[in-house]
Amino acid sequence: MNTFLPATPVAVPLTIAALLAAVNQHIHRRLADLLAIAAAGYCLWSSILLMLRSSHMPIVYWMGGWEPRNGVAIGISFVIDPFGAGLAAFAAFLTLIAFVFSLYYFDSIGTLFHVLMLAFMGAMCGFSLTGDVFNLFVFFELMSAAAFALCGYKTEASGPIAGALNFGVTNTIGAFLALSGIGLLYGRTGALNMAQIGKSLGQTHDGLVVTAFVLISCGFLVKAAIVPFHFWLGDAHAVAPTPVCILFSGIMVELGLYAVARIYWTVFHASLAQFEAQTRAIFVTAGVITAIIGALMCFAQRQLKRLLAYSTISHMGLLLLAFGLLAPRAVGGLAIYLLGHGLVKGALFIAAGILLHHLGSVDELKLQGRGREATSGAILFLLLALGLAGTPGYGTFLGESMVDSAAETVHYAWISYIFMFAAIITAAAVFRAAGRIYFGWGPGIDQSQEEEGETDESRETTGGPSVPLTMVLPAFLLLILAIAIVFVPQFRAKVELAGMRFQDQAAYQAETLFHAEVPIYHAQPSEPLLPGIIRGLVSTLLAFVVAGYALFRKRLPSKYLDFTGGFNWALKPLRMVHSGNMCDYVAWLTFGVALFGGLFALFIH
Amino acid sequence: MHEFLRMLPFAVSAWLFVAGLYGIVTSRHLVHLIMCLVVVQTSTYLLLLGVGFKAGATAPIFADVPVGTPAVDPITHALMLTDIVVEATVMALLLALTIQAKERAGSVDPEELRILRG
Amino acid sequence: MTRRFRNLFFLASAAGFAVFYLWGLHLLPGFGHYPGPYGDVLNALSVYERHATDVITAVNFDYRGFDTLGEEFILFTSVMGANLLLRKQKDDKEEDPPLDLARDRLAPPTSDAVRVAGLALLLPIVVFGIYTVTHGQLTPGGGFQGGVILASAPLIIYLCGDYENFKRITSHVVAEVAEAVGAGGYAVTGLISFIFGYKYLQNFIPLGQTGDVFSGGTIALISALTGLEVAAGIVLLMISFFRQTLVYRKPGEERGDHHA
Repeated sequence: MNTFLPATPVAVPLTIAALLAAVNQHIHRRLADLLAIAAAGYCLWSSILLMLRSSHMPIVYWMGGWEPRNGVAIGISFVIDPFGAGLAAFAAFLTLIAFVFSLYYFDSIGTLFHVLMLAFMGAMCGFSLTGDVFNLFVFFELMSAAAFALCGYKTEASGPIAGALNFGVTNTIGAFLALSGIGLLYGRTGALNMAQIGKSLGQTHDGLVVTAFVLISCGFLVKAAIVPFHFWLGDAHAVAPTPVCILFSGIMVELGLYAVARIYWTVFHASLAQFEAQTRAIFVTAGVITAIIGALMCFAQRQLKRLLAYSTISHMGLLLLAFGLLAPRAVGGLAIYLLGHGLVKGALFIAAGILLHHLGSVDELKLQGRGREATSGAILFLLLALGLAGTPGYGTFLGESMVDSAAETVHYAWISYIFMFAAIITAAAVFRAAGRIYFGWGPGIDQSQEEEGETDESRETTGGPSVPLTMVLPAFLLLILAIAIVFVPQFRAKVELAGMRFQDQAAYQAETLFHAEVPIYHAQPSEPLLPGIIRGLVSTLLAFVVAGYALFRKRLPSKYLDFTGGFNWALKPLRMVHSGNMCDYVAWLTFGVALFGGLFALFIH
Repeated sequence: MHEFLRMLPFAVSAWLFVAGLYGIVTSRHLVHLIMCLVVVQTSTYLLLLGVGFKAGATAPIFADVPVGTPAVDPITHALMLTDIVVEATVMALLLALTIQAKERAGSVDPEELRILRG
Repeated sequence: MTRRFRNLFFLASAAGFAVFYLWGLHLLPGFGHYPGPYGDVLNALSVYERHATDVITAVNFDYRGFDTLGEEFILFTSVMGANLLLRKQKDDKEEDPPLDLARDRLAPPTSDAVRVAGLALLLPIVVFGIYTVTHGQLTPGGGFQGGVILASAPLIIYLCGDYENFKRITSHVVAEVAEAVGAGGYAVTGLISFIFGYKYLQNFIPLGQTGDVFSGGTIALISALTGLEVAAGIVLLMISFFRQTLVYRKPGEERGDHHA
């Protein structure tokens, strides 16, 4: 089976996408849905199989049978380890959920929606499994092309057009930055295979290596929506249809960070090893800034999807922080946190999609009190917000605890407060929205600040019962999984092991280029989780307090205790910067690259 | 002089990248903006093709010269030729968005498309 | 941010970026001194292993064929995406007959010289395109280049005549199917390798004699499929763009409003 299985998570969805495009207007919608779901299901099954089979040694698969000659790679390889295969499986799973969500009521234009989503999924699978930098770039471009088109899906309104343009221009520039970095690496090493580039670079850390690293990282961090490259995400999510948002926030932005991590550990690790402290400082700072700005902007939104988008930015900051620690056990925590957050965020977008279908709006203030009869929606929102807060029992809690204990080993224990801050504020925003929509609490529309620009979204579905099963069941499934992963036996140990393997550059090179068998690590005992449990409960409690404050501030005994006016005033400059103008975004992007470049150039020479 | 020529294509590549970015940031028309994106793209082509060049070598086509004649690197050529055609279609996708922007929002000025604010 | 402040902010950042980028660039081996093993290894091997004298096409469709599959699907997805974005909206009306008009003047008819030149060029372009696609493994060429050349043939018809002529020779459905067959065919060719017990996209067609048109094994097949896909994709783009600009009208829009 190993001769054909590794290539199929990419080949099968692309083939079925081409098939569906060929029969565009002449196929019944149900059949198209069935084929799409079958393709996603196959991808999921094959990726899980690959994940289980690669747990002891990565599967190295050379396309076209072009094995390396004398340690020189001449073909393109897939180097499949549990992380890559796990991400591919997660991408396939979320796509499956998105298809189920859009089963009966989503307006699909012929089969074009299915074609684009399948191409998107195939690209994400290829992106996660590949071991060649140019192949990574190609799948990055494929992912982006499908995403641009899907984002601008609802062409009837002007919002989606602007959102898709902002998304398209900024991410394309990010892709070109990454390609420039790849060109620099190729110029020095004459190789495109990650393992071989790493081997050729050895330990040189001159200007070219630093520039290549910064360009490639910044290019992929644009996709990962790290400040100051993050502006496109809010716009794109505010206007993209719900099934697309599930994928954007659940897996697409996370893949940007995965690329940085993968390239760092397979290509640059030996070169930059002696500068770990400086690299750590830069990435952790970027993560902290992103987490804080994302959380504050999240709390200030009234459009639900934009709110969730900024919470994604905040959590991506936390993930960058976890990567930036460059600690052996942090990668395992990163993976579990990514999984937990992706599941919860996907379900939250489904819940927002249900509101859009049922009540025709995603504006928190317009929907105030209108959701009173929808108990399933209320339960969903509340339980999912707990997931954002890192309540014990959720995947996010487990990931956060692992990252915190890893942070202690590199003397960065204070980052747990950043985690708490982001978790509290983002969860409080969702609690506040739920309280307003489903219970009618909170000050009304005329008492809140005036909003500029679009604050709502047009319908994307037609007809049907108010809360269809095909929408509610996937959301509850995601919620249950977000809790269940914590209780899978040995899960934490296995993920930590896979994480440590992820960081082993020498083993990666030997396995890819020489088919060597490198012995696996032994599991070290994990830290106990009790301090994490206390922290998680405190976060949840504080999230309730903050949300309650936001909702009931008018009923406080003294009007001087109402800080929201000051909060809004202080936040105004930050909100003005998020102007919706892509020229501003590109200016910030340039600034970000120059800043990262300057910092790395200063510290590494 | 030798030093200067040694670096010239790469310096031009860097210039194109920055000039393209300048065009994007100061643009008042979406079609102009997308063409500046193409300029940024050509900077990457120049970089890659410049990296693969061998002085005194011929094209890697062995239909008329024997195998073994010094030839330039075929990899960068292969990467670039597919990239050019493909990126043209990605730009077409962005231009399709531009047409819809004119239709639905009534403007192709990026400054006036600030619909999604803060 | 005011526009001026933002432009100054950008210029400062761009200066920093340029300095940083040049710092890395100047450490490259220098123009003309390609160091690395990858290109040299393939230059030495391709003719013997693949019986293809054009190493670039061999790299594109065989050694790094998987990359090209991805690139082809980027083209496919972009064309489908443009198709999706330029679709007819529910409230759009179709203009009949569609005319390429500016608000205040009639478009001048194409001159006879243009028409004769265009029609005379048409057949050589098609022949040259097919030649480029099929001889990709021997001389510079291949699916991508040949496909673009072939796609210029309907464009010449439009330039020499008008939209009616273009519409008569192109069909949205045929272009869509051709494009999907081209892209899907490439992916399926790789899958066929599994039947022979090979890895994905491994060659399974006899390699033939070096210098023959039918040499190179799967390279020729994939090149032809790619040519089909690229040509159909670009024609489909033209169809979508023309329809959106010339045919569809929003309610309340007058003929010629597009050209305001």
